Amino acid sequence: MLKITNLHAKIGEKEILKGLNLEVKAGEVHAIMGPNGAGKSTLASVLAGREDYEVTDGTVEFFGKDLLELAPEERAAEGVFLAFQYPVEIPGVSTTNFLKTAVNEIRKYRGEEPMDAVNFLKMFKQKMAYVNIDQSLLNRALNEGFSGGEKKRNEIFQMAVLEPKLAILDETDSGLDIDALRIVAEGVNKLKTPENATIVVTHYQRLLDYIVPDFVHVLYKGRIVKSGTKELALELEERGYDWIKEELGETV
Amino acid sequence: MNNTNLKEQLLADFQQFEGKLNGQAQTPFHQVRQQAIQTFNELGFPTIKHEEWKYSNVKNLVNQGFEFNAVSSFSQEDVNQLDIPNLEGNILYFINGVYNAELSVVVSPESELQILSLADAIKQQPELVAQNINKNSDIEVNAFTALNTAFAQHGIFIHVPAGKVVEQPVILRFISDARQANVASQPRNLIVIGKRAEVQVAEAFRSLGDNQCFTNAVTEFVVAEEANVHYYKIQNESDNAYHIGTTSVYQEGKSVFTANTVTANGGFVRNNLNIKIDGEYAEANMFGLYIPNGKQHIDNHTAVDHAKPNSNSNELYKGILKDKSTGVFNGKIFVREDAQKTNAFQSCKNVLVSADATMNTKPQLEIWADDVKCSHGTTTGQLNTDALFYMQARGISKEAARSLLMLAFAQDVIDKMEIPAIKAYLEELIVGKIYNS
Ligand SMILES: Nc1ncnc2c1ncn2[C@@H]1O[C@H](COP(=O)(O)OP(=O)(O)OP(=O)(O)O)[C@@H](O)[C@H]1O
Ligand SMILES: [Mg+2]
Repeated sequence: MLKITNLHAKIGEKEILKGLNLEVKAGEVHAIMGPNGAGKSTLASVLAGREDYEVTDGTVEFFGKDLLELAPEERAAEGVFLAFQYPVEIPGVSTTNFLKTAVNEIRKYRGEEPMDAVNFLKMFKQKMAYVNIDQSLLNRALNEGFSGGEKKRNEIFQMAVLEPKLAILDETDSGLDIDALRIVAEGVNKLKTPENATIVVTHYQRLLDYIVPDFVHVLYKGRIVKSGTKELALELEERGYDWIKEELGETV
Repeated sequence: MNNTNLKEQLLADFQQFEGKLNGQAQTPFHQVRQQAIQTFNELGFPTIKHEEWKYSNVKNLVNQGFEFNAVSSFSQEDVNQLDIPNLEGNILYFINGVYNAELSVVVSPESELQILSLADAIKQQPELVAQNINKNSDIEVNAFTALNTAFAQHGIFIHVPAGKVVEQPVILRFISDARQANVASQPRNLIVIGKRAEVQVAEAFRSLGDNQCFTNAVTEFVVAEEANVHYYKIQNESDNAYHIGTTSVYQEGKSVFTANTVTANGGFVRNNLNIKIDGEYAEANMFGLYIPNGKQHIDNHTAVDHAKPNSNSNELYKGILKDKSTGVFNGKIFVREDAQKTNAFQSCKNVLVSADATMNTKPQLEIWADDVKCSHGTTTGQLNTDALFYMQARGISKEAARSLLMLAFAQDVIDKMEIPAIKAYLEELIVGKIYNS
């Protein structure tokens, strides 16, 4: 589904991604871990199409299409979803209204009829149950004044509504209390099908107890420097990143 | 462009105007006019050297000729085309500044709402007019107010007697019909609200046709103790329309006056809103929204003068500026020595959605009392790029995301509208302007 080859990206004069390779197939869950500042969120933003980043080399294929050619909204319509590490507050736009617009814009892109109000409501109710989110939250302005946990839960709710093919969850676990973590993780698991895939960016093994990854990658200095199975996450939890740096020949 | 000098034209017009007044020239009110034309002559039209007109240049306006109060063959059919859907109430039409009783509909009983043309009021209610006119006037410093006063004749006099609650709103529709020639009008309205009375008044300005039009409007409100007035000024004129308008408000104790000024369209717009709070425990609210595009120029000057203690004023103006448009906001707050325990809040927020748009803001606070709470803030920025990306990442196109953000920005001012049909009408205008221009 997703094939990233030798991806280089910079912001301003600063090169952040320096030859990153990653392949994700339908039905898989990939975890990306790595120290602060390694470039994890940058990768997520580049995949979602943020214009501030300039891709200087490499390719990204999504179902055979050149993803980098597409505008952010086209990528979303093609099925890419990014759960933001820092969801943006948008005063004056209710979550409900925002998602109605998003759903219908995507349907328009796909040449489908807009969804009517009744069907929306039905679909919303159903998806709300996935992440146990409250209607009152959805009536409020998007993310405005939401607690950290509420914002993250709202991201997963949006994912449930938009049913992406590829979901990239950027530190969705940070800021969640223990119960919320479980609820959010269960939501992600319920949305899993053999046709879609998930990339989970996280610092903590704990999340991976709930969302069990098929692969774990270490992103360091703009590249994937090590890949393994879920045992790698356990090892990182125990030993930190120094041993990886040593393996790379860096003196620690 | 022709070189007609508007000032010369108007001074000559005044001679003619006086000649046609017959009996009215003997009324005390006519002395007010004569004084006003002198003041106008002395002040002359302002140039950009004038501090209050620094960013609003009337040069193009005053070098043109206009036909004032031109007769228009404005028909019921024309009216229907300009209809505000579902609007019910007392709807009064002014065509090129002249009140048209035939097109107008008054539904409120006379016991609640007394309506006379200003000319008739000057004759029939000379004392009531004399007592209330120029209560909070800027005539000494504003040439346009002086000019309007000199020619004060057309316009409306409205009186809501003490204790009356006018159920139906009063809508004044000013239509400049520039289909045949350059036209100008100087409506002068005096609205007197008795003690504990309540009323909603809307002024809606429209223009028709491709010629130039010029409106120089003055509307005065005198709001007695405990009265409550909700006022709307709605502007949807063409790019070849000049609008200079002053709304002057005089408030007594415990009264509430709320102004909503929404400028959807207009070539050159200058709105002055001057409120004097001359009583305790009164409240003045000033809300504004302007969305210029193309080369439109929209200038809002507001002034609230706290003369007595324990009153509040609250102001929020918002602007969305597109293309090469320009905007001006100047907000004055005066708190006189006596006006202890005043609360005065002012905020003006602007979004420039084009690199070529400009906004000039100037808050001006002059405070002589020591125990007051005042705050002011003006911001001018761009649409939030993080928010735009967030929306795009959910599948919303950049254009739609921009429009949604603009509408969200305007929403809190739109939500201040309380007459449903007016709110719906404005929402449609604003949405149209945001999405399609
Ligand atoms: N606008 C910017 N200008 C300059 N440097 C930037 C900018 N945005 C990000 N960076 C830098 O790029 C690097 C990678 O940032 P990124 O957010 O991708 O890291 P991360 O791996 O997600 O870290 P964390 O685990 O802390 O979330 C950091 O050093 C960051 O300071
Ligand atoms: Mg990050």
